[in-house]
Amino acid sequence: MANNPLLRLSLHNGRLIDPANGVNCVTDLHLADGRVLAIGDAPADFQPERQLDLQGLVICPGLIDLCARLREPGHEQKATIASETRAAAASGITTLCCPPDTHPVIDTPAVAQLVSQTAKRLGHARVLPAGAVTQNLDGLKITEMAALKRAGCPVLSQADRPIRNVQVQRRALEYAATFGLTVFLHPCDPDLCEGGCVHEGRVSTRLGLPGIPEAAETVAVARDLALAEQTGARIHFRGLSTARAVEMLTEAQRRGVRASGDVSLHQLFFTEDDVASFDPNYHVIPPLRTAADRDALRLAVARGELSAICSDHQPHDADAKLAPFPETAPGISTLETLLPLALQLVTAGVLDLPSVIARLTVGPAEILGRHLGQLAPGAPADLCVFDPTALWTPTAATLISHGHHSPFLDQEMRGRVMLTLLGGRIVFESAR
Amino acid sequence: MNSPHSQLDAHGNLKHFLAINGLNRALLTDILDQAEGFLSVAQQAVKKVPLCRGKVIANLFFENSTRTRTTFELAAKRLSADVLNLNISTSATTKGETLLDTLRNLEAMQVDMFVVRHATSGAAHFIAAHAAPHVSVINAGDGRHAHPTQAMLDMFTIRRHKPDFTKLRVAIVGDILHSRVARSQMLALTALGVPEIHVIAPRTLMPAHVAEAFGVRVFHDLREGVRDADVVIMLRIQRERMNSALLPSAHEYFYLFGLTEKRLASARPDAIVMHPGPINRGVEMDSQVADGSRSVILEQVSNGIAVRMAIMSMCLGTQNLRSQQLETTAHGE
Repeated sequence: MANNPLLRLSLHNGRLIDPANGVNCVTDLHLADGRVLAIGDAPADFQPERQLDLQGLVICPGLIDLCARLREPGHEQKATIASETRAAAASGITTLCCPPDTHPVIDTPAVAQLVSQTAKRLGHARVLPAGAVTQNLDGLKITEMAALKRAGCPVLSQADRPIRNVQVQRRALEYAATFGLTVFLHPCDPDLCEGGCVHEGRVSTRLGLPGIPEAAETVAVARDLALAEQTGARIHFRGLSTARAVEMLTEAQRRGVRASGDVSLHQLFFTEDDVASFDPNYHVIPPLRTAADRDALRLAVARGELSAICSDHQPHDADAKLAPFPETAPGISTLETLLPLALQLVTAGVLDLPSVIARLTVGPAEILGRHLGQLAPGAPADLCVFDPTALWTPTAATLISHGHHSPFLDQEMRGRVMLTLLGGRIVFESAR
Repeated sequence: MNSPHSQLDAHGNLKHFLAINGLNRALLTDILDQAEGFLSVAQQAVKKVPLCRGKVIANLFFENSTRTRTTFELAAKRLSADVLNLNISTSATTKGETLLDTLRNLEAMQVDMFVVRHATSGAAHFIAAHAAPHVSVINAGDGRHAHPTQAMLDMFTIRRHKPDFTKLRVAIVGDILHSRVARSQMLALTALGVPEIHVIAPRTLMPAHVAEAFGVRVFHDLREGVRDADVVIMLRIQRERMNSALLPSAHEYFYLFGLTEKRLASARPDAIVMHPGPINRGVEMDSQVADGSRSVILEQVSNGIAVRMAIMSMCLGTQNLRSQQLETTAHGE
């Protein structure tokens, strides 16, 4: 795909939705040299090599996913950079941020570059590796953060292994702030989470499954907000799951604490009740919470208090999910349902189409601190074209991702990606 | 595959026995009635009926248990089945064999029924979902989730003393949080029409939202909780939970939640006292109560065999021969 030619392209009659620039109209888009050349009329001397009529389709910036596991290096039995970036391209996702919990961990420039350069060579999607906060994610010794930044890590993360020692956490935030690096935090108090696999509540009590209380998240959020306030560091809460934690975040934001948050898309659809049959497709961390939490998360996304929606894509091999519920690996394969599910939020009246697109493009771009996720002239021609009305049904057989575990399979979805461009090259085109 | 109703076959008959959820009062009553019929087998000179002759039942215990395994073994033998006892504990898994590998190996030995005990909640459902279609699975305790045969033998014991479930007040005392027995009891009592269930424990041993989850009343004071109870069920408290962040000491536990004759005085005069065993004397209850006239603890043990015979034969679809065969056996003697 990297060898796909860089074309001069004219896309006619599509509805261009570019929330960053407040654009929402039917127009033409002209691309040259991997960038947006013009919107509306083309320059007089522009001679496109290919012209497409996109009537009835939506053009938006390529989607940006703040958290997708690619499993390479180290866990290639689950997935590879090739398989998952190809799945991303077919899903309209042009930029992926992957957590550092690979093997070896992304805690040195060498591993960071291995990941981003492998992705670059394959050319299906832009991969931005999150560098580890501590060496080997051990929670004790901080990494060479400046070197990781130079190697292309836009942010730092502990993946899902929070730092237990508060002093280490404070020092890590201070050191990261020295270089203006945002730290992604998975808010879960390690002691309160320990051994838990579902939300502590009615369902965990009925099923006798060890629970993770709401306080596991709120305690961690409170701690990290206090540290961010004290240090002035920029933090981002990855995958909030409780109403109370969102309240705490927005209250801190009002006081000027430099903190943001996102939600994993499945948290906006499911609740603890979906676990009731021990189906490991609902085993996710943080766990599915109550209906009240889900509704509060939806509202926070609508208001923009949570400015990004993530796939939290976690491909697994079949064996990882073939065990009694608590012994299965948490996480589901969600890249390929990201857009159609997000569009269901529009159908459900949670937010309008431009806002949904904003949470999948400019919202995450701002968190990454990258000038992506918008389509003004001169911007990289990363874009996604989708048919908002097309019906299709994802199945294990049709998934490109090597991860086949998802509660969303075999359900009819509305909204299908037709064309994906990465830096002006076509990386996915649906056979219409 | 995982629906709570998957323990029934297409005709609504018992295929697996995994949990009380999804089983209605009629079916539970049927189990109790069938068990009544099996109670007399123990009184015969030859304590056997040929209902499951030629069937192979494997006791698959991933967690140690002498008592439960023994009563399952006796129940199977009294039904004339061949019994395999496998104490897998953690040896197979530390060798890297998965639960499913173990299962496949046993299926290859033409086993008809697995009786499974496992430390993980949901393990019995998992095994039932992945077992070959002809295999029945009985849950002999999975994690904190369920221990439905224990609950049924408790129901059986209660019914022999208090025939009308719809008039009872039942108190369950102890480590509700970690107890699969309590969970199955609460569901069975509710399904059989018991209007008032009390659960009594310190807050550290009370699971979240238990009142909402099971429709029970929560107490933290023993005397209040057992007031006017017809049945008092004491739960076993694991030694390792003492001296931890859950409980300070056995001494304080007994002082607050141990059942004594004095505290039992607030229950109804004809109340019965139960315990799934083994008892920690001087922790959950004192010996005076355990060995007293109101204790039915040893009855629970003998009833356990009859109830497990009923459940095993129903799952194997052989219980319909019961009346006829019981007669044959009687005449044959």
